[in-house]
Amino acid sequence: MSWLKVIAAGMLMAAAAAQGAAIDAYGQLEDPALQARFEHITQDLRCLVCQNESIADSNVELAADLRRQVREMLLENKSDDAIFKFMTDRYGDFVRFNPPLEPKTLLIWGAPFIMLAVGVIIIFRVVRRRSRMPLDDEPSPGPM
Amino acid sequence: MWKFIVPVGAFVALAVLFAFGLNPNRDIHALPSPLIGKPAPLFKLTDVIDPAREVSNGALKGQVYVLNVWGTWCVACRQEHEALLAISQQHVVPIIGLDYMDQRDKAKQWLSQLGNPYEAVAFDTDGRTAIDWGVYGAPETFLVDGQGRVLYKFISAMTPEIWEHEFLPRISAARRGGA
Repeated sequence: MSWLKVIAAGMLMAAAAAQGAAIDAYGQLEDPALQARFEHITQDLRCLVCQNESIADSNVELAADLRRQVREMLLENKSDDAIFKFMTDRYGDFVRFNPPLEPKTLLIWGAPFIMLAVGVIIIFRVVRRRSRMPLDDEPSPGPM
Repeated sequence: MWKFIVPVGAFVALAVLFAFGLNPNRDIHALPSPLIGKPAPLFKLTDVIDPAREVSNGALKGQVYVLNVWGTWCVACRQEHEALLAISQQHVVPIIGLDYMDQRDKAKQWLSQLGNPYEAVAFDTDGRTAIDWGVYGAPETFLVDGQGRVLYKFISAMTPEIWEHEFLPRISAARRGGA
């Protein structure tokens, strides 16, 4: 049953990795709904110093300042949209990991679908060409 | 025919992409500021040298000025200090400092040892003014026109060349524009 141990160890590691968020002196927000929104928002905001980390994960001072900002705005009953707008007004769309869908970001959002369409067209053409091929390269039945 | 066009087309497309994307002169960490053309965020902070004195950019309305974000922890700020001193000697525009994520004592020592190019240095105790300006590092240098609009932002160490080519033309254009 050693494979069970391997799976358990893997799950523990995954859980530990998920706990990797930066910790502030403030602790958690009292209202669990606010804390959930806090986590959601900070995970979608890019730390501009490290650029590939969210402000939820980063230990940089700027990320801590931005977390404090998010926290204060949540306690002031600001909506998620208002908080994201506060951030993009100051840091631009780049601060969001989920860029808004607008004309200049159309290519980013559309690229997966364009690539899927190109792939489907290529497969369709290859399959059609192969289906027209003579069957003479099939292995002949019977003993060789 | 297609067997020729497709690979050559792909090659040209990649070459163009790499020419822009791998340009060594391009700072991949420099982000365009959404503040350009917008009103400069107002701040009212204390002076780093004299805490009793207030430094506010609202008082500068009608003047073109430069806001330079720095800190004693910032190596590139040390590098650009000579350039800032030389620029302040030109007396073209006032340079306002914003001391960011720093300690008063260290900042005072820095200014007394290295010289003070600033008209005034605002002390950003908790980083809020920096957030309002979209600052994510130091040094960052902003140019604000007489109507209080952000004209330009330069990220990384100031040099005499940058001053001459990026700042001075914008300053004279802003002044011609009636600012």
